[in-house]
Parts: sequence; structure tokens; C-alpha cells
Amino acid sequence: MEPVAVVGVGMTAMRRERRKDGYADLVYEAVCLALEDAGMTIDQVDNVVTVSNDFFDGRTISSMAIQDACGSYDKNVSTVEGDGTFGAFYGLMRILSGSFGTTLVCAHHKGSESEMALITNAMFDPIYERFLGVEAITSSALQARAYMDKYGVTEEDCALVSVKNHGNAFRNPVAQLPLELTVEEVMASPYVAEPLKVLDCCPISDGASAVILASAERAAKITDKPVWVRGVAHCCDAYHLGDRDLSDVRALQYAARKAYSMAGISDPRQEIDLVELYDAFTYMELMWLEGLGFCDPGDGGKLTASGATALDGKIPVNPSGGCLSGHPVLVAGLNRIIECVLQLRGDAGERQVDGVRAAVAHGVNGPCGQSHCVWVLGGER
Amino acid sequence: MGKRVAVVGVGMTKQRSSRPDVNGQELINEAVRAALEDAGISRRDIDAVVIGNMDHFEGINYVDTWSVDGSGALMKPIMKLTTGGTTGTTVAMAAYYHVASGLFDRVLAVGWEKNSESDTTGAIITAFDPFWDRPIFAGAVAGLALEATQYMHLTGATEEDAAYVAVRERRHALNNPFAHLHINLTIEDVMNSPYLSWPVKMGDMCPRTDGACAVVFASEDVVEEFPNKPAWILAVADRHLWAYTSDPYVNQAIENGWWFPALEWSAREVYDKVGIKDPLKEIDVAELYLPYSFAGLRYMESLGFCERGGGPDLVRSGATDMGGECPVNPSGGVMSSNAIGATGLLRVAECALQIQGRAGDRQVPDVKIALATGFGGCFWSDVLLMGREMPEKPRG
Amino acid sequence: MEDWRKDQEIVVMEGRIKVPYRWAAGEVGTRYLQALRDEMRFLGTRCPGCGIVYHPPRRNCPDCERECGEWVELGERGTLLTYTVVRRHHPQLSPLPLPFGYGIVRLEGADTGFLHLLYEFQEGELRAGLPVEAVFAQEREGSVLDVRYFRPVREVG
Ligand SMILES: [Zn+2]
Repeated sequence: MEPVAVVGVGMTAMRRERRKDGYADLVYEAVCLALEDAGMTIDQVDNVVTVSNDFFDGRTISSMAIQDACGSYDKNVSTVEGDGTFGAFYGLMRILSGSFGTTLVCAHHKGSESEMALITNAMFDPIYERFLGVEAITSSALQARAYMDKYGVTEEDCALVSVKNHGNAFRNPVAQLPLELTVEEVMASPYVAEPLKVLDCCPISDGASAVILASAERAAKITDKPVWVRGVAHCCDAYHLGDRDLSDVRALQYAARKAYSMAGISDPRQEIDLVELYDAFTYMELMWLEGLGFCDPGDGGKLTASGATALDGKIPVNPSGGCLSGHPVLVAGLNRIIECVLQLRGDAGERQVDGVRAAVAHGVNGPCGQSHCVWVLGGER
Repeated sequence: MGKRVAVVGVGMTKQRSSRPDVNGQELINEAVRAALEDAGISRRDIDAVVIGNMDHFEGINYVDTWSVDGSGALMKPIMKLTTGGTTGTTVAMAAYYHVASGLFDRVLAVGWEKNSESDTTGAIITAFDPFWDRPIFAGAVAGLALEATQYMHLTGATEEDAAYVAVRERRHALNNPFAHLHINLTIEDVMNSPYLSWPVKMGDMCPRTDGACAVVFASEDVVEEFPNKPAWILAVADRHLWAYTSDPYVNQAIENGWWFPALEWSAREVYDKVGIKDPLKEIDVAELYLPYSFAGLRYMESLGFCERGGGPDLVRSGATDMGGECPVNPSGGVMSSNAIGATGLLRVAECALQIQGRAGDRQVPDVKIALATGFGGCFWSDVLLMGREMPEKPRG
Repeated sequence: MEDWRKDQEIVVMEGRIKVPYRWAAGEVGTRYLQALRDEMRFLGTRCPGCGIVYHPPRRNCPDCERECGEWVELGERGTLLTYTVVRRHHPQLSPLPLPFGYGIVRLEGADTGFLHLLYEFQEGELRAGLPVEAVFAQEREGSVLDVRYFRPVREVG
């Protein structure tokens, strides 16, 4: 893969409700932040990829609302419906094709304006599953149970993730939900769908984000702190939950192997310094860590309990506070990329981890992490 | 530098008013298996899948992950794109960029819709802003009628001129076994059909259709593996300007001479990339997303096939009929089949068949260059130029 | 200059997207749902290539693409693979009074699991590997809810 860099990033604050800002306002804010970060004007953006979802926005052709705000006027533009990591992947390919020197990728979400449960229920097949009333939390509970049963992972193991990530969020000014928690407090929070408790689940959020990608040639003119895309891949598992072994992370393993191989990484445990992954629920952080190869299957809880994934650990995971501390869907994956970029540039403020040279960002689509996208980013090509 | 990209396989379902015999995944699968068979490969040879439709027409969220049983994406990368009516061409362009990036050699593009399963107009109304447009706006037909009256006012075009296009599209569809409508219409039939929103009549509009289309895209490195001759993508471009219903009618655009900037700018971009100077002469066949008859007049001008206001005369001259200078929509086009998410991709598939000389009774002789367009959103446009000869160098 | 934003109450439009849907089950899905409705029987289809018995039935194998032409009758009992007990749920989505469960059940004769509801279980009774059985609705209309739920098998007598 020819070198492509992230040259600008922008995140709005994630909040439970940003009533004063419509979708377009949020996107405009994020795009302006990314342009300012890159020191670019919109004229220097060659093309745009927007990310949105018609269900969450309550609009057919949801990208129509933000065409003015994203600055796509008289530019090539397209729309990915899915997590921001997938939208950014498309933006990357448009540069690799040689057609464009720079791509602006933006994503928006206002969870405050709709009913999350009804919308995630619509992920399920209308003939065989939807009328059962299953949605994101209840389906994830089935996965959490399968995973915990298989490996003997406990609810306390999962609670540690909540304590860590909500704690990290205090250092992140755009995070929505910094909380000072103990494992006991997480364990005492009420069950939503066993084994998932309120404090195992991400909040509902409003927010938007934008990143600007550039070819090596253009990046050299734009910034002296480019962050390079070293590898990226995605993979999708079977659809019906009963077709999958929900405790298995084969799609993530496949995507990770491919991304690592592109990046020339043979041992992620030694060669990756930081991870930002899609922790919509606490157990997911453990499972995804295993799928990404940072420990053996079933050892995610042990790794977390050892302190290795803490801000000052060997492999800090979600120093930003993760999705547990702010989860504008779709935006969430783009935020994982942005957090890695800030860390690699040394611009992560109070949440900065020392000596980050390579980082992994991760996003998901579909129920129970059916489809995973893995990015390896680095300060050097 | 990027890779050159060709279409090497095409699959489409018969386009029908309703397909209750299959669920959505099975409809998709029908087109996917046809495309794989046409390309002489199996699901295992595919490196990535790109899929698109319009969510509220079937009410299924995350269609990419839902589609896996049908789209063949099990344990493969799959990405969903959606841009309204342009979805099918957007999907084709995404498949193009997947391959052009050098990351994937064989990519399957899938567009589909089961419009029989919902209220199409009810879903389309939700495309518009809930504060400013939605309480007032009555769906796609009304928006098109605004365009038609503006066009008639600016050019003096008549309803009969538009009816000529409506008749041509349906006549062409008689040659296409996959088309939804097989009806022999006269200009009188169209003129006598009831008004939906003046001046647009029933006979001027596209139908609602169930259908799917799948297309295999391959890189220059692997095209030799496939039995079909490659149909090369020469250039792609799009403009998705604007957000509100009334934006396309701003005076500034008209005063600046841009009547339909999204299509004019996209077309100009692909012509410049390929070096097309006289599109009517140099393009051998066009498969255009004409959602209704008046578009068949106005787009001729936007695409540079004739001067401003020359659409009616060009069309009535027979230049866009089979046997004419540049036949438009030998397949019967959108006015004969409109499974919305599939529609744009069908334009690309039809262009590929024409270039490969495999279009059967709808074949235009000796097609070297073909033009496909998509229309949707807020008067948005996608344009793809395809050709028989491999481009000298990769270009976007 | 007047600060017009000060103490402003933001106007919020309430709306609901109301689009009616009519999802066709297709020929394969219709045969399956008819068997549930008319005979209270579960049917799967077998892939001739992979040998996998899919439940719910597939027309074509998601893996090898071959047509799954062979219908296989499945038991109405099966094994619970994973489960959850739901304590809070969106009121519009709850098909049963809380607390109820969701489970993935592998029916006798099937190779894949089947997502459905769990009910009539004791607190703490659910576990992976538990034998469960289908409870059919009295009035059946050709939908997955013709099975009201699955419950632990209780050996009578
Ligand atoms: Zn098989």
C-alpha cells in the first residue's frame, strides 16, 4: 500500500443531548476543527466521504442534510452507512486510487433524537428475529454470556473495564461520562439484560467527527506531524446469531491478521503501543483485545486485572474513555482513529501516553461485533 | 499509482412489480449467483463486497451485515453505501475505487430494492428536512414536476416532447427480457394518462419495482482470468450538491448558466478526463437514470449532447432511438424498471453488456464508449464513462 | 447588541416515521412458517455441499452457495446455547412480561442455533446445555411468534 497519512482531525464534544445543534451544525463544527487542525481550507479538500445512517437520523438519504455543512459543494462525494472506520477506509481507497490527493471523512450521530432500542431492533431480520423484540443490548447480553461461559470470565472482570474507561474519561474534555467508580459500584448497578448491568453499557450520545487523509505528496505540504496508515482491513461474520459461535471472534482475527500483515507487524503485543477499540459494552473490550491478539482467548480479563491496559500500563486501551464514556454511533469508530492520531502526534493532552509509535484503532458494524474494521496507525511510514 | 478497473461479470434478476417468492437476501442472492456464474468464478474468489439500497424502502438497518447470506460476504469485507436514487451508481463507484486502490482485485457490487414491501412515497418524503420541507413536500413526483415546469418555462418544451421520451423508453424495453414494463405506448396514451402533479402524468413516471443487480469488478492484473471481455471504467465523477428541496431552483445557478449543475459538472469532469469533445458523436450508447420523461429532454443539454433548449429537437430527430447517433437507454431505462437501489447499477451493467457485445436484442452495434448516470437525492448526479479499450494510464 | 441566544428555549419537532412494511417470506420461508402454523413442526434445510442443516432454513448455502434443496424435520426440543434474562426493555419491544429471556436454541437435528424467547423458568435455572422445548401459541398466524417461547424441559411423571 502506498503511504497515506491522517493530516487533520476534529471531534465535537460528545454529550447526552446537544439540543442547540442539528446534524449539520455538528458536522460543520467537526469539519472546521479538522481543517483548523490541518491548517487547510476547504478548497484544499479534493473529495469528501460522509458517514450517516438513515434510521438513526430519521431521514431517508441522511447524508443530504449535511452536504452544505461538510463542504462537498462542487466536489466528488460519497456516503458510507456504517461505522466511521469503514467510511475512513473508503476515503483511504479514494486516495490510493490516484484520483484524489486529500479526502475529508465526517460522521455524525444524534442519539438524543430517536429511540435507540427501536432502531437497533431494526438490525434484526424482519421474518425470523425482529418480532422477538431483540435489540443491541439484549443481543450483546447473549454474546457476553456465551463468552463468559466459555472462558470462565466473570462479571467482576468486565466491571474493571467500566472502572478503567470511565476513569480515563476525566482526562478527555470531549468525553461525555467521566465517572469515578469502583468494581463494587459497577456490580451493584441494576441488570438490564443479564449479565449486562447499567454500568456495563455505553451511554446514548450526540456528536460528530472529521478526519482529513492525504497522499504522501500532499501530506508533506500540509503538516510536519503526519500519522501514517500502516495497515487496515475489515471482515464480516455470519448474520443470524445462531449461525455464529458468539464467543468466537474469527472475523476480528481475520481483519487484524490482514491489517498487521500490511503493517509488517508480527507480534502486536510487542509492536503496538496503544489501542482504541469499540467498547460499546464492557465484555467487548475483553473479547476484542483477544481478537486483536493482545492476549490469548479468554485472557482479556486477566490482562485487564494485571493493569496492563490502564493508562500507565504496558498496552493502554481506550485512554480516551472509549465508547463507554461517549458513544455517538458511527462517529465512535472515527473517534477511535482520531484518538490514536492524537496519541501518535503527542497531542493527547492529559490522556497522553508516553512513547506511542504504533497504535490500533478498531470499529464494528452490526449486532454482536459481526463486522470488524482494524486500523494500524504509526508515526513513521 | 492506482489500478485500471474493468467490469467482467454481470447478473440481474428479472425486474418485476413484486417478488414474494423470495425474501430480500434471496433476491440479492439471485443476482449475485448470476454475476458470479457470468464471471466464471465462485464466492470464494471475491475479495470484497459493496452493497447499497435505501433503508426505509425495506425497513432494514445495517443491510451490509443483514445481507451476508445473499450477498456472499460471509467472512469477507462488506461495506454499505447509500445516497438515494444514486445509490446504484454510488455502489459501482465504490467498487471501482476498491479495485483502483490496489487493495482488492475482485470486487462484487450489489444494488437491490424490494419496493413492493413498503410505501415508496411515504419513505421518500422522509428524505427531506423535518422543519422546512417535510411538512409541505409531497414526495418525488412533486419535486420532479417543479423541475419540469421550470424547464418548460425556460425552453418552451411541451408535454408532447416529454411524451416522446416516455414512449421511446417503453419501446426500447420490449427488447429487454429483464425489464419490468413491457408495454407498447403511444404519445396519445401518455398524454391521456392522468396527471400526478402537473405537468407530470402517470405515463411520464417510472414504476415501482422489485429487483437486484450484481456486477463483478476486476483489476487490470487479473482481467485475463475471466471469460468475458473486460468493459473498462474510463472515468467516474459525481456531485451531490444541496440539502433542501428548493436549492436546485436558486436563481444564481440559472443566471450563471448552470441549469443542472450536478450533472453538468460531473459530465464535464469525466469528459475532460477521457478527452471527449463531442459527446453525442463520441459516445456510442448511453444508459441514463431518467426517473421521468422530462429528464430525457433536459439531460441531453446537461450532458452536452445539444445546446440549451435543444433537447426536444434532438430527441424528436431520432438521434436517441435505437439506430440513432447515440441510442439512449436500449434497456428501457428507469421508466421501464425502477428497483431504486439496483437502478444505477443496472445502468453500469447495461453499459458493460453493450461494450462486450452481449446485449442481445437491445445491442447497439460496435459500442466503444458508453455512458452511465445516476440521479437522486437533491438533484444529485453520478456519471461513469466506460469503454472497450483499456485506458492508457490509470485515472480516477 | 442583543444576545438573542440567552435563555432561549430550543424548538423541538416531534415526529414519527410511519412507513408500513409487508415483508415477503419467500417460498422457503413460507413453507417453514406454514409448517409452524399448521403442524407445529420445525423444518430446516440441508446444504448438499457442506452437509449443514440450517435453521431457520436457507434457500442457498451462505458459504458454498449451493441450493439447500433437502428439507429436514427438526425436533421441538433442543439445547440452550446461550441466554439472557431481560430486566429492562423498551415497552414497545417486550413480547412477554418482564423478566423474560432470550436464548439461542439448537433444535434436535439442526446444526445452527435459533434465536427465540425463554419463559417459564426459575430464577437461576438457565444455563448453557439446558434442554428446552417449544411452547406453541393457541392461535397461530404464520410467524416466528407462533412459537410463544421456549422453556426448560420438565419430565412429567
Ligand atoms: Zn454449503
